[in-house]
Amino acid sequence: MNDSHYCPHTPEEIAEMLSVIGVAGVEDLFAPIPAELRAKTFNIPPGMSEFETYDRMKAIAGDNTQGITHYIGGGFYDHIIPSVVDHLSGRAEFYTAYTPYQPECSQGTLQALFEYQTAICRLTGLDVSNASLYDGGTACAEAAMMALRVTGRNKIVVDGCVSPFSRQVLKTYLFNLDVEVVEIAPLDGLLNRTELAAVLDDSVAAVLVQNPNFFGCIEDFTALAGQVHSAGALLIGSVYPIALGMLKSPGETGMDIAVGDGQCLGNPLSFGGPSFGFIAAAKKYIRNMPGRIVGETVDRNGKRGYVLTLQAREQHIKRHKATSNICSNQGLCALRGLIFLSSVGKEGLADLARLNRDKAEYAKAQLTAIPGVTVLQTAVTFNEFTIFLPKSADAVVAGLLDKGIAAGVPLGQYYDGSENCLVVTVTEKRTKKEIDLFVKELEVALCN
Amino acid sequence: MSMYFTKEHEWVKVKEGIGAVGISEHAAHELGDITFVELPKIGAVVKQFGVLGSIESVKAASDIFAPVSGKVVKINDALDTAPEIVNESAEDAGWMAWVEIADVAELKNLMTQEQYDAYLKTL
Amino acid sequence: MQLIYEQSTPGRRGVKLPVSDVPAATALPTSLLRTEKAGLAEVSELDLVRHFTNLSRRNYSVDTNFYPLGSCTMKYNAKVLENAASLFAPFHPMTALLPGGGEFCQGSLGMLYDLGQLLADITGMDEVTTQPLAGAHGEMTGIMLVAAYHAARGNKAKKKYVVVPDSSHGTNPASAAIAGYEIITVPTASYGDMDLELFKAAMNDEVAAVMMTCPNTLGLFNPHIKEISDIAHSHDALMYYDGANLNAIMGKVKPGDVGFDVIHVNLHKTFGTPHGGGGPGSGPVGVKKALIPFLPQPRIVMDDAGKLLLETDKQGTIGRTANFFGNFGVMAKAYAYIIMLGREGLIQVSEQAVLNANYIKERLKPYYDLPYDMTCMHECVFSASKQLEHGVHAIDIAKFLIDRGYHPPTVYFPMIVKEAIMIEPTETESKATMDAFIEVMIEAAKTAESNPQALHDAPLTMPISRLDETKAAREQNVCCVG
Repeated sequence: MNDSHYCPHTPEEIAEMLSVIGVAGVEDLFAPIPAELRAKTFNIPPGMSEFETYDRMKAIAGDNTQGITHYIGGGFYDHIIPSVVDHLSGRAEFYTAYTPYQPECSQGTLQALFEYQTAICRLTGLDVSNASLYDGGTACAEAAMMALRVTGRNKIVVDGCVSPFSRQVLKTYLFNLDVEVVEIAPLDGLLNRTELAAVLDDSVAAVLVQNPNFFGCIEDFTALAGQVHSAGALLIGSVYPIALGMLKSPGETGMDIAVGDGQCLGNPLSFGGPSFGFIAAAKKYIRNMPGRIVGETVDRNGKRGYVLTLQAREQHIKRHKATSNICSNQGLCALRGLIFLSSVGKEGLADLARLNRDKAEYAKAQLTAIPGVTVLQTAVTFNEFTIFLPKSADAVVAGLLDKGIAAGVPLGQYYDGSENCLVVTVTEKRTKKEIDLFVKELEVALCN
Repeated sequence: MSMYFTKEHEWVKVKEGIGAVGISEHAAHELGDITFVELPKIGAVVKQFGVLGSIESVKAASDIFAPVSGKVVKINDALDTAPEIVNESAEDAGWMAWVEIADVAELKNLMTQEQYDAYLKTL
Repeated sequence: MQLIYEQSTPGRRGVKLPVSDVPAATALPTSLLRTEKAGLAEVSELDLVRHFTNLSRRNYSVDTNFYPLGSCTMKYNAKVLENAASLFAPFHPMTALLPGGGEFCQGSLGMLYDLGQLLADITGMDEVTTQPLAGAHGEMTGIMLVAAYHAARGNKAKKKYVVVPDSSHGTNPASAAIAGYEIITVPTASYGDMDLELFKAAMNDEVAAVMMTCPNTLGLFNPHIKEISDIAHSHDALMYYDGANLNAIMGKVKPGDVGFDVIHVNLHKTFGTPHGGGGPGSGPVGVKKALIPFLPQPRIVMDDAGKLLLETDKQGTIGRTANFFGNFGVMAKAYAYIIMLGREGLIQVSEQAVLNANYIKERLKPYYDLPYDMTCMHECVFSASKQLEHGVHAIDIAKFLIDRGYHPPTVYFPMIVKEAIMIEPTETESKATMDAFIEVMIEAAKTAESNPQALHDAPLTMPISRLDETKAAREQNVCCVG
């Protein structure tokens, strides 16, 4: 069968091409592959039309439970996405191009990435940003490796309040290198600063914290930055971009490197990806940054334009000495992030942050009105908070899922002795009506 | 003052036990417009043919190897902000570091100007 | 064009947010708050739409221009794939990680599992993890699996090196270095493949893995591949297959059958998912049985009743290489692509990709130096050395092509070919498109002789002319100040 419209040649054209090449048949072109090595089986099912394909995919998506109301986060958040994000990032000139190696015919991508880098710098209060990394977890790992290069040291200290997923990714990246990872166990949902001070010596390359942390708690790390710098180490902060509409920026805090996941900026949940990771740093560290960086310059006529710059850091030139192995990043997702941030804008991001916190505080007040449900009184939170239930959170969450509510992330599997703790996320998308229903259902679940 | 070269295109000019080190005009030309020079720290001890620093242009990066063993006593800070000096004057103002030569006998492992010129013709 | 920030007017907004239906919360202590709002754009929706629409028009892309960028497989991206992937937009990955949550995500988990099975068959592997987020990420994951394998056999200290040919993608040595290995580079012989004798000399029991692309970056299939893998295995070194060039061999040869133990696949190349101006990609990794115990977690497994479960606490795993299950949206597109094309379709893809590359190679051979003149697979590599005699470089030819509406081929890679021009047409291009491209390439070769300055001046038709990359690297203006 030779009917694929994705392979357009007619038999006549194929014959003509073969005669130019000077072979009798297409199979002759595979002669360099020794006969004994040729595939003996190829068990892919027969193909189908695009219509049947779509129906099949629809059936598969239909095997997921539809319409679950999300109070779960853990790094991915159910936020609004303005219509312009899909429409503009869906311009084929953006999504069917590749890495802008040839700047003259890639100014669209290059300028967009320069604008993206600018947005990330302004959001984080730091000087330089790259053109995106894979996701929030790998961004933590890349930042840690950057700090190892900058300091020439071999120890990374990680706050146990950092997302357990990001901590795992970090450990995986470093597992076969001569690097020690020290984890500080959380203290009441916050960084244990006494413990940290005890391990902060001149072998530490960086301290990694998260704000707000996995429990939802907000901390001021300004004093910590001073302490970390006195030890000659770098402070890396994993941050939540929507919260930066309100919270002190990494730059104001004195952090050296800021990282995070950009899913919340205009990228759908999509069962975990694609999203993008971002990384920003103080200018003096730019040569140690991983990945693509776009820079401004001029053309032969003095006209402003944009190019990939500082490429001598990268794998295609420096090979095993490169600052990272990253090649393809998450360009289109970063573009979505830029369009999201430009649509919401300066005032809008502050409003959106406030809206998130207002909804979460309302939910927190209602939930803690349920007898036996409490929160940490000391914890200041953004749009996520940890509640203590009078019974195992696992059973409660499983029960509420049956009612179409993803009630939160139970902490038991991530922190010993936290079986009754539940991290609840409330974004701007949750209505008062939904929240009230959630509260009612949780109350029922706790009575059973 | 005598000047010696390595096969990797570094030079060293020797005077009173100190070697001024840089890269040859040929190397600077091959790299193209130099955008960054990573210099060693003062006090660093380098080994002959070991890595002294690195140099980058837009499309290339290469290590700079020490022509002689010894301690780095001075570096050319001007290259931090003006790496183009290496393009303009590779074998003079574009020097990179002064090394207190540990063993003058090592100079035997290097090429003289004449030998280096002949070597370039073979490349 | 102005930057979006240069179009801002204080107080202007691009979207109205949902109206609050809850009371305002008491404010946070000022010590926790930022002193100034982030300086994001302040534009209307229409201004925003015009800005990004006009920006997009400054790009060449597969949908607007022939894009024969070697090693990148810039094939046409079927539109139905976008529609298919968007069906999964609302599903939260955390749902699957909740107690009992897997029940609610059987569709997504099932698709990932099936995709793994299909890729395992295409590549001849036993199991696939979909977690790696791009090709290079897959390489890193794959070499970490190799490291875990050696460590489990008590050889962690002994195994120090990864061997790569000098024609390899830069990501290979860079990925192996992150995984903790030193690199041994083996030169390419005159026959266009890794020098077999030098390879034998380089091999010893301290080598952990050999990383190969096959066909390699010259577009050539290495006829000695079985011998190479036998030698590697005799030193207890594993064979790593860089799947960047898989588009050439689907249904023809399976890497697993010729001795490879680990492989990554670039879904955005072979399996038709869009490249997005530099990603998102997706780099699933396939392994032979011996490496399954080390695969990243959570791992998707099927029980006897056909239900998909998540294995999360297995001893021996390298851990986690990404936060969730990989770039799911990209995988949904690749899955739809595979089931749509099916067995015959995929074979046809490889056949016509190879046919097209050989056709271009033969037609351009009289005009450009072909350093390795033999039957190629999906791409061919010329050198502009003839043109260099007239002072014309590969980059000048590239810029000339831009003026004629073509995205240039990859230039200056692989580095072992001087003035390299690497052309990968892919199977989706028509003969007419290729013929027109060939004519322009011939014209470039002729212009190189008659009027080299015309090539130095190109491009003249774009919004900007050649850019000063040295200035960019020296000044490092990477964000708009203000």
